[in-house]
Amino acid sequence: MTVNYQLKRADFIFKNENDWEDVLGKSIGRTPQELINELISSELKGRGGAGFPTGLKWKLSAEAESDVKYVICNADEGEPGTFKDREILSRVPFKVLTAMAVCGHVIGAKEGYIYLRGEYFFLQPELNKAIDEFEYYCKETNLDFKIKIFMGSGAYICGEETALFESMEGKRGEPRNKPPFPTNYGYMGKPTVINNVETLAHTFTIFKYGAKRFYDLGVQYSRGSKLFSVSGDTPKPGIYELELGMSLADFVEEFGDGDTKAVQVGGASGFLVPRKRFAETAIGFQGKLTGISLPTGGSMMLFNSSRSMFNVLDNYLEFFREESCGQCTPCRVGCQQLLMGIKAVKRGEKNARYLDKLLTLTETMKLTAKCGLGQSVANSFSSIVENFREEMIY
Amino acid sequence: MNPVSELIKNLADQHGRNRHNLLPILQGVVEQEKYLSEFSMIEIARELDLPASEVYGTATFYSFLEHKKMGKYIIRICKTITCSMKGKNQILLAIEDMLKINVGETTPDGNFSLLQTNCLGFCHKAPAMLINNDVYTELTPEKVREILSSYLKKQKEGIA
Repeated sequence: MTVNYQLKRADFIFKNENDWEDVLGKSIGRTPQELINELISSELKGRGGAGFPTGLKWKLSAEAESDVKYVICNADEGEPGTFKDREILSRVPFKVLTAMAVCGHVIGAKEGYIYLRGEYFFLQPELNKAIDEFEYYCKETNLDFKIKIFMGSGAYICGEETALFESMEGKRGEPRNKPPFPTNYGYMGKPTVINNVETLAHTFTIFKYGAKRFYDLGVQYSRGSKLFSVSGDTPKPGIYELELGMSLADFVEEFGDGDTKAVQVGGASGFLVPRKRFAETAIGFQGKLTGISLPTGGSMMLFNSSRSMFNVLDNYLEFFREESCGQCTPCRVGCQQLLMGIKAVKRGEKNARYLDKLLTLTETMKLTAKCGLGQSVANSFSSIVENFREEMIY
Repeated sequence: MNPVSELIKNLADQHGRNRHNLLPILQGVVEQEKYLSEFSMIEIARELDLPASEVYGTATFYSFLEHKKMGKYIIRICKTITCSMKGKNQILLAIEDMLKINVGETTPDGNFSLLQTNCLGFCHKAPAMLINNDVYTELTPEKVREILSSYLKKQKEGIA
């Protein structure tokens, strides 16, 4: 089966932001209900990778009853192969700030935070300058909304929304149980909207041009455009805005080096797609009627035939073993055992059938791990082991 | 007053003394001292009226909050997939060779520490590294030797 959607470039995110004052003024003049409807009809889904409908998130927070609410911009961009959020914050910061203030207006929040990963410390001075200018304008126009940067300190797991709240509250970044969900019980136990940097930047586009302009891009269930961070064995690594829904074959045609063996879609926590499945794989959220759809936070890593998939998996597992917060056993022990397991098979200390045991372990992790980290290790593990079993063994 | 205690007091005055002010205070100490000693953690606990174990628990969770004495310049080489594919090991060898230390060690003069870290978010410009908060990308062994030479020179001239 072949997916027929073409690769189409788009240019919204990095388009100039000089009109942010207009967009802010115009949006604040509309009712929260109108703005929520606009977002819902755009069908924008979260761009961090999980794909929760943004309009619904804002609606639930708006409906939650509380005097204090928060808007948080998640800039803890840590997924291997993702680097688009940094680019947004350095090139079009006012889009993000505007979107945060509009969100504040919609849900009734007066404070916003940008949780910036420690690795991006160098972004701080420029971003603070933008915040000062933004707050000055808010003051002038009597808009009561303040934004602060909160710095992370090098923990991948803090990109998980509830771990991020814990971190902001001065604790270890260990994810909470859900429910309750952040829309009702977020930072400091208050209703909180937490959106990825790119998601907020897209809401700016939607408030500026209207929902239809956004909805007309992409395909059913996967509307709009998305930034893709392209890296690995490609002649043109970088950040590209493309419409959702394209086939992976088209993507490889455009970005591959002519010898692409596999593409990792969605970073280490995503799926590895081997060459034989490029044509039947589309990039977008699940729910399409035919073929395979793979969601992504934008990470697209290409591997050519000079790469050993064993080394790739070994690198991912090392990453997960270090970044697992250690709170729940399936993830803490699971990541260690998977790493030791593939090494033992490679060295010939365990026979090849041991890989099947490890696959069962990833299934257990998927079912029992507390958060997305432990649950998603199965994605890359099973897609690599099943498609490149021979490389794992010898 | 001990200079570290004074630093902690100032940071608490600046950020506040609530639990949610803990991370910025820990970060402030690390920025100055390059690491969190047991003494610093106990002082922070005292200043914020928290159990020292809670401060220790938070402090040891984050990879950028070192709790071992570090050099003036902390070099962090990205070891995640793309940087690894694009020659991270050659960069590491060049640095080890130049500074005569291995990963996890600090030079005897206390100027440089060498560490590996997870994805820095510069996969399109791999391999990448951080020296304190400054990013260096598209490294080659030659390039990294030049960068380190400039740090060593700065160090010798005493401008740094």
